[in-house]
Amino acid sequence: METLFGITGKDFVITAYDSKAVASITLMKIGENKSRELNPHTLMLFSGEPGDGVHFSEYIERNIKLYGIRNGIELSPRAVASFARRELADSLRSRKPYSVNLLIAGFDVKTNKPSLYWLDHLASLADVPFAAHGYGAYYCLSLLDRYHREDITEEEGIKLLQKCVGELRTRMILNMPDFVAKIVNKDGIRLVQL
Amino acid sequence: MDTLVSKYANSASSASFDDADNLGQNMAGWDAASQFALPAFDIPMVANPVDFLRAHTDASAENRIRIQHGTTTLAFKFQGGIIVAVDSRASGGSYIGTVSLSISFTTSQTVKKVIEINPYLLGTMAGGAADCQYWERELGRRCRLYELRNKERISVAAASKILSNMVYDYKGMGLSMGTMITGWDKSGPQLFYVDSDGTRMRGERFSVGSGSTFAYGVLDTGYDFNLSIPDALELGRRAIYHATHRDAYSGGSVNVFHVKETGWVFHGNFDVNDLHWEYQAQPKGPIV
Repeated sequence: METLFGITGKDFVITAYDSKAVASITLMKIGENKSRELNPHTLMLFSGEPGDGVHFSEYIERNIKLYGIRNGIELSPRAVASFARRELADSLRSRKPYSVNLLIAGFDVKTNKPSLYWLDHLASLADVPFAAHGYGAYYCLSLLDRYHREDITEEEGIKLLQKCVGELRTRMILNMPDFVAKIVNKDGIRLVQL
Repeated sequence: MDTLVSKYANSASSASFDDADNLGQNMAGWDAASQFALPAFDIPMVANPVDFLRAHTDASAENRIRIQHGTTTLAFKFQGGIIVAVDSRASGGSYIGTVSLSISFTTSQTVKKVIEINPYLLGTMAGGAADCQYWERELGRRCRLYELRNKERISVAAASKILSNMVYDYKGMGLSMGTMITGWDKSGPQLFYVDSDGTRMRGERFSVGSGSTFAYGVLDTGYDFNLSIPDALELGRRAIYHATHRDAYSGGSVNVFHVKETGWVFHGNFDVNDLHWEYQAQPKGPIV
């Protein structure tokens, strides 16, 4: 089962997705990218129905990039999240809705604040300090409640994420998680080693 | 009389409008949107075509549409390019037309499950035979058009994305397709997995179909990137053979292809019964 994490800190958001692509009982691939960079300071993670995640997030990505090109200014993470929510909500009322769960991690360069948006497949949007999707959420939300502070540093953020992944390694019956972590801060988006 | 006059008057005026429209279109030149538009199929004009179909067909209905059948297909990258190997059994048939046909439907042992899209692109076939054949032929058409327009061959990444986007538009309407698209382009050998729920991924090693787990077992343990070409061909053939042995819905014969820089090469059709006795006669060798 796919798991996504997002944790905000003082001046950054750290995110992680498990990079496994599964088809019924078969592991098809390790190292599948379940994130898209919407603009230099906004990252979207997706999970859910196979195919829908990539199609929806690439659709959002292109519209956000087009906005940046047309207007010479990038949308804020808040605006990106609202746009994505609206697209998902409209899709939900169509014949064939997208069935995707999303995390949108961003750093607002105007206010110098990190932000994290949790968006589920029914298009409810929440602005949260930390979030998780998938079965991993059942184990790790309590853990995050216990340890998370608003002013954690990047090192602490990575440590916290390692705690989450460690918990999944001890308690999840199927597939040992194989996570890819990315940090969004004022300098943009970068990969981090867990 | 009036009706006659009005008829001719209308047709004359509409014809001139048509001409004007056509003229405008001709002057506008090539219309990208219409060229890349998806072919249109008639689907039931209801909210959910799948429920509609379910409501109008049941297990005993004589015109029931059957789309799943068993298969084993595999493809892997190695130092010498890509090996593609498939079985050739079609069980159940992809379509049952009449009751008499459904009673006498036979298991074909000679299905071509590798679709030669063009001399540089191969597609494999698992799931609905018709779906794979139709959409991969359509893909071949689009790849040819791309080549004519751009004076260079399409990349495998782009070709597989076209296929993925085409089938994604019909998601949830009953398409059944699990395919691997392979080829050699500017950036070397390429392998993609594409299926009818819109999944598309690049990879080193894939197996698809009901026998895929069995094929993976042999393929994963025998795999090495530095395999020689004869060894790689043998690994592909052997993995399919073992899958046909364990999976009732796979069988017939093995078809093996090698994708090289100069295009794909067919490396023969091997009856699994012959292979079985051939392998039985051989010692199993050391466990590496």
